[in-house]
Amino acid sequence: MQTIDLSETGLREMNKMLHAQADNTNQTAWEIVNPKGAHAIACGLDAPIEVTIKGSTGYYCAGMNQQATVNIHGSAGPGTGENIMSGKIVIEGDASQYLGATGHGGLIVVKGNASSRCGISMKGVNIVVQGNIGHMSAFMGQSGNLVVCGDAGDALGDSCYEARFFVRGTVKSLGADCEKKEMRPEHLTLLQSLLDEAGIDADPAEFTRYGSARNLYNFDVDNAGAY
Amino acid sequence: MNKHDPKGIPHTTPRQSATFTQDINSDIRRAAATGIYDIRGGGAKRKVPSFDDLLFMGASISRYPLEGYREKCETSVTIGGLHAENPIELDIPITIAGMSFGALSGPAKEALGRGASAAGTSTTTGDGGMTPEERGHSDKLVYQYLPSRYGMNPNDLRKADAIEIVVGQGAKPGGGGMLLGQKISDRVAEMRNLPKGIDQRSACRHPDWTGPDDLEIKILELREITGWKVPIYVKVAGARPYYDTTLAIKAGADAVVLDGMQGGTAATQDVFIEHVGQPTLAIVRPAVQALQDLGMHRKVQLILSGGIRSGADVAKAMALGADAVAIGTAALIALGDNDPKWEAEYNALGTTAGAYDDWHEGQDPAGITTQDPDLMARFDPVEGGRRLRNYLKVMTLEAQTIARACGKNHLHNLEPEDLVALTMEAAAMAQVPLAGTNWYPGKPGTTY
Ligand SMILES: Cc1cc2nc3c(=O)[nH]c(=O)nc-3n(C[C@H](O)[C@H](O)[C@H](O)COP(=O)(O)O)c2cc1C
Repeated sequence: MQTIDLSETGLREMNKMLHAQADNTNQTAWEIVNPKGAHAIACGLDAPIEVTIKGSTGYYCAGMNQQATVNIHGSAGPGTGENIMSGKIVIEGDASQYLGATGHGGLIVVKGNASSRCGISMKGVNIVVQGNIGHMSAFMGQSGNLVVCGDAGDALGDSCYEARFFVRGTVKSLGADCEKKEMRPEHLTLLQSLLDEAGIDADPAEFTRYGSARNLYNFDVDNAGAY
Repeated sequence: MNKHDPKGIPHTTPRQSATFTQDINSDIRRAAATGIYDIRGGGAKRKVPSFDDLLFMGASISRYPLEGYREKCETSVTIGGLHAENPIELDIPITIAGMSFGALSGPAKEALGRGASAAGTSTTTGDGGMTPEERGHSDKLVYQYLPSRYGMNPNDLRKADAIEIVVGQGAKPGGGGMLLGQKISDRVAEMRNLPKGIDQRSACRHPDWTGPDDLEIKILELREITGWKVPIYVKVAGARPYYDTTLAIKAGADAVVLDGMQGGTAATQDVFIEHVGQPTLAIVRPAVQALQDLGMHRKVQLILSGGIRSGADVAKAMALGADAVAIGTAALIALGDNDPKWEAEYNALGTTAGAYDDWHEGQDPAGITTQDPDLMARFDPVEGGRRLRNYLKVMTLEAQTIARACGKNHLHNLEPEDLVALTMEAAAMAQVPLAGTNWYPGKPGTTY
């Protein structure tokens, strides 16, 4: 285990050390102490390493992540895991707004709640939130899955494309062109596997699926009020 | 009008309204028939005060010229030296603006790369991501980081020679992009992770930051991911150039790309193109003022775009304080867009060469703004690249000709004092004297 004290090493040196890890690195376990809410911690990683951050992080922690597993033992600031491509991010506390924005792949797990615009413009990432999520979540979501074990705020899935949303609790309101969908057996299987991967014990049968009504896919004057 | 007046009272001539012109009436009829606003490509078509309203004075007794064929006039420019380890070194101060793959075909992007590289300048990706065609053929490629983040991935980010965070475009300040169903081919759909054939709306705001304080942190993240190696530009529309330039510099930009309302777009609402934003001429001086007020002029580079067509435009932009310019529409025309040789086909589409702007429909007879394999095949990227190179060389020679006549051994030495304005508007916007006077509107005091 390599330990980096961020308050001594500084952001640039720390990220440099993490970026220097190649696919075949044998230094696979890293611990970062004293993060103190710094921004851009462990962003742009691209190696099969596991980084554990002991404390809360600022903006864009683990942004654009590839391959790596990043554990945040605290709460995470805005844009955590933005544009994640692969790998896994686990947040023990709460996540601020824009969690996993535009993420293309990989998995983000939040043990607490996630704020507004969770999964905005998601393009393939899977996000599992044990608590609640805020308003405008998955706005323009293109693909991937957003699983919410608690409640969702206003305008869930506004103007979404093919992303899927599974919510166990209530949804305050659905966004434009987002509708309730039937839970078919393949969705129950998918949801079970996402919950398993996230290490969360919940019954898929208790969730409701939401997704695009596909009415706004092509411009139509009769839908003008919805745009 | 009394057409059949038996008393022989003279008729008034039929008179067209200056308010309800034939153009306006056709807009109304189109709207009434379709129920949706008009979408088109290109930039503002209305006449606005422009670089055409400025003239260089040339040398005289008080200023002496440089010999055209003997004395050097440098054209190189370095962009992004402030924070980046590897700034962009260009031979000429004319860059190719970001134009999306999706709006343009793969071969058209290749041609832009070929032409720009041969002329010693850079190209820019666009909404839709980086294609191997343009990376492969561009010596220097600027990677756009846009609100939609279509095709955005860290592997391409690390392949870029510079990163351009797009906040806005001159054609549509405050608006996102559009790519209509006809152009969402399999390849475009896959790159953008969208269903094929839908009308795609690009976001108008970045999904994970708002405001200048966030932008500073976003720039930090991008620098950390790319190891502080490449310059980071911020592109803004010509909306509030003084404040936008100030905020971009404070957020840590290495260069500011400023795009006026004549600037082209692949597709947006006509009402947006014609009624939002400021003319290119009007935005340079406020941006340069912001750079000067922060002591950053020539340290943070200003790249100006929007209706740049000739070496004269380049020279005027630089005289007003820009470090370089970017061209979009002009580059497409150099490649063969709107060429009268396709007139019969333009007519079949209900338009004429020069006026064709329905690029979003994907039926471009010149095979440039299309994803249709048959139309694309009409366009030869090698020939297109050669034509673009020639055009860039000519623009550079023209700008040098003017600079030498003004006694300047580098294009950057051109200055506002070399210019006069033909109209009051241009004088006020460019803050150079109205021709024949020593005065411009708003000039503090009046001295000889
Ligand atoms: C076909 C086309 C596609 C464009 N696509 C983009 C884009 O993806 N991103 C962007 O920032 N600007 C885009 N632009 C705007 C250009 O980057 C640039 O601002 C503009 O073309 C400059 O003005 P000019 O066309 O008068 O030279 C596009 C312009 C055109 C003509």
